[in-house]
Amino acid sequence: MISIGFFAYFAFAIVVLSLLVITRRNPVHSVLWMLLLFFHIAGLYLFLNAEFMAAVQVIVYAGGILVLFLFVVLLMNLREEMTISKYVGFGPTGVTFALGLFVVVFMSLGSFVAAPPGQYTVELIKQETHIQVLGKLLYTQFIYPFEIASLILLVAMVGAIVLAKRRLKS
Amino acid sequence: MMVPLSWYMVLSLAVFTIGMIGFLTRKNIIVVFMSIELMLNAVNINLISLSHYLQDLRGHILAFFVIAVAAAEAAIGLAIVIAVFRNKATAHVDEINEMQG
Repeated sequence: MISIGFFAYFAFAIVVLSLLVITRRNPVHSVLWMLLLFFHIAGLYLFLNAEFMAAVQVIVYAGGILVLFLFVVLLMNLREEMTISKYVGFGPTGVTFALGLFVVVFMSLGSFVAAPPGQYTVELIKQETHIQVLGKLLYTQFIYPFEIASLILLVAMVGAIVLAKRRLKS
Repeated sequence: MMVPLSWYMVLSLAVFTIGMIGFLTRKNIIVVFMSIELMLNAVNINLISLSHYLQDLRGHILAFFVIAVAAAEAAIGLAIVIAVFRNKATAHVDEINEMQG
């Protein structure tokens, strides 16, 4: 019963906060609501016995990506932003398509069949700690994707520097 | 008493839809990027809840990679926003029409 209460609170907060993120006029307010949203999602991860993912969510999203967003928001002309419409002209079409996607996927959720449960039970993860189990898996079975992820981050770093750098006069 | 898996999937679907609505309707390019992050987070909720209920850690690994790619995407995307802003002095998606699309 108490778990359902927790889930109800987190689900309600997550939906309301995501609605606040996409409807605020001021982008700074959107970023700050998103910070709260990421903390709630981290709470939901804790609820699912994924404490390492909760920590990564807070560190990478709330600590890294949102700070990046806040820096770029400073570039914008907020005074102009306050006066013009915040939606594009074809907005109603987009809402229709998104709600159509919601309805289609919602109706298809009923036919979802879960696979047979695997070997990583809650007891095993508790006994061996989540980080250790995840690390063993990440560095043995998933070592190539892990290396590719590092390459992606390197490319992103170089690309961001090249794109944002002021052109040198030649 | 455990929360059913389908509740998590409906929550994830709702957040994904909200992110998609924001992506398709907002004019400000920063909020559009934040909507993409919202959609990626919805996918992560789905992956981690499935991983918990199927007692398999591959969902966690996949969510981990999604977070890494989201960080890379945010860095590149915001660099593109800065480059566009320097050339056009606008942050509205309907005024960026250089490619005549």
